[in-house]
Amino acid sequence: MIKPSMSVEIAGIKMRNPVMTASGTFGYGQEFADYMELESIGAMITKGLSLKPKAGNNTPRIVETPGGMLNAIGLQNVGIDSFIATKLPFLRTVNTPVIVNLYGNSLEEYGELAARIDDLEEVAGVEVNISCPNVKQGGIVFGTDPAAASQVVELVRKSTSKPLIVKLSPNVTDVVAMARACVDAGAEALSLINTLTGMAIDINRRRPVLANITGGLSGPAIKPVALRMVWQVSRAVNVPLIGIGGIMNATDALEFILAGATAIQVGTASFLNPSAAEEIATGMESWLVENGVSDIGELIGALKC
Amino acid sequence: MQFQSQVLSNVEVSPGYFKMRMTAPPAVLESSAGQFVMVKVSRAIDPLLRRPFGIYDMGVYVTPYTDSGTQTFVEILYKVVGKGTGMLSDMHQGDALDILAPLGKSFDHGPEDEEKILVGGGVGLAPLYLLAKELVKSHRVRLFAGGRSKEDILCITEFERLGVETYVATDDGTLGDRGLVTQVMMKHLAAGNGPSRLFACGPFPMLRAVAGIAEEMQVPCQVSLEAYMACGMGACLGCVVKGVNHSAETPDYRCVCKDGPVFESTDLSWE
Repeated sequence: MIKPSMSVEIAGIKMRNPVMTASGTFGYGQEFADYMELESIGAMITKGLSLKPKAGNNTPRIVETPGGMLNAIGLQNVGIDSFIATKLPFLRTVNTPVIVNLYGNSLEEYGELAARIDDLEEVAGVEVNISCPNVKQGGIVFGTDPAAASQVVELVRKSTSKPLIVKLSPNVTDVVAMARACVDAGAEALSLINTLTGMAIDINRRRPVLANITGGLSGPAIKPVALRMVWQVSRAVNVPLIGIGGIMNATDALEFILAGATAIQVGTASFLNPSAAEEIATGMESWLVENGVSDIGELIGALKC
Repeated sequence: MQFQSQVLSNVEVSPGYFKMRMTAPPAVLESSAGQFVMVKVSRAIDPLLRRPFGIYDMGVYVTPYTDSGTQTFVEILYKVVGKGTGMLSDMHQGDALDILAPLGKSFDHGPEDEEKILVGGGVGLAPLYLLAKELVKSHRVRLFAGGRSKEDILCITEFERLGVETYVATDDGTLGDRGLVTQVMMKHLAAGNGPSRLFACGPFPMLRAVAGIAEEMQVPCQVSLEAYMACGMGACLGCVVKGVNHSAETPDYRCVCKDGPVFESTDLSWE
């Protein structure tokens, strides 16, 4: 059988396949170069970058929970300038689109960040993080209020001509309202879901396990929630979606594609299997071959309800 | 590197403590003491994450059961503390594991003319055994081992077999001197034996005490830390510790997995 077409396009970013690496789970790419072929996947998304370097939260920052993990890293990152100086040169050598995830403490910072990357040739697009649950300032406010989200997206839209993806929080009553607000404000694609806020308790110490008390739940435990949200949003908006949430293998990835996602992001899976993203891309292609599907596009939103 | 491995043996060396030997590709022999492995205990999603273990030993033995006639192995010494290590302790010869190794930075032996002093608390002895093996070839090596009770003093005879001089302290006095291992160490070091270098692995309070002694006596000291970690390769940033320059204004976080697990004691904040 002939090789199926795996390529997809998100907001003008052409990808060899729908597999992307989720922000915060793939470092700055180089960390994984020893374990997988970085040119085997569709795109890489950087750790969330802020205007200034960010220290992150106190420890413990992570704890395993059944079928998942909670993290409260607090967006520790090198800052946009250091990223451009020290991390981007390596990424430039890899023939895979690089999408930068941006996080601002204020509306203005989002705008400044977007402007900063606008003329960088190596940056294929922007994913705006309006949904990190682990930082006290900003973040979650923009991620849970449609009006505030609109403001951020509009400003970023004005500040850069790069393809614009907005990453949605699941910690809302109505994810569809958030999705619509972001699309109306200029988002060309949506990625969902970020982590679900949760907590873990140590009964012997009578204390929360995480220093931050609450953290973001990721991993297989959140996949059903993520699938539901992708499906709901796909029926409400007309921009491509990127499905995220507990994707561990090609089957999981294909479930998101059927639910309406054009692409998917591999997150927590990369922590326990550093070659997970490559294996998922290969596995998806094999499934297409085995099932006589000639183009991944045929599966996008092909769920029969 | 990432490899599929099989359990060769899994022995309870003391109540709640196991030594597990696993097959490994020959390249694992390029590991050094202080480096660690990440073990996926089960293919299932619970427990989800790998578990980090310091390398206790590694080597090659002759066997008729492989094409090459030899088998490379890597060995860990672990304490059963939760679900992951509980499942590991139930494994038998032939069971499959998925391993990442070697990870992290190793101990720096330091100059030739020093005496090398190892300090281990409980299962913290694990990386010190491989270190002792490396050091005994050309140095006088002394080990101070501490634990709550005699059951927590592990593999002492293995150290002695290498030619290491061993001193033991237990909280309850059931083996060796009663008291903290750092107190016993102080007593013996006070005798004064010329230049020396400390290598420590164990609970954080013990390491802090050792670091304090090292500072007081102006002795170089390396510590090997343990931390919760998800990835082992510097991506999750879950395992960070505070570096010596850390403050709220000028954060200095270091990854135990990548910047460590072995650190110069003077590079860390011990608050």
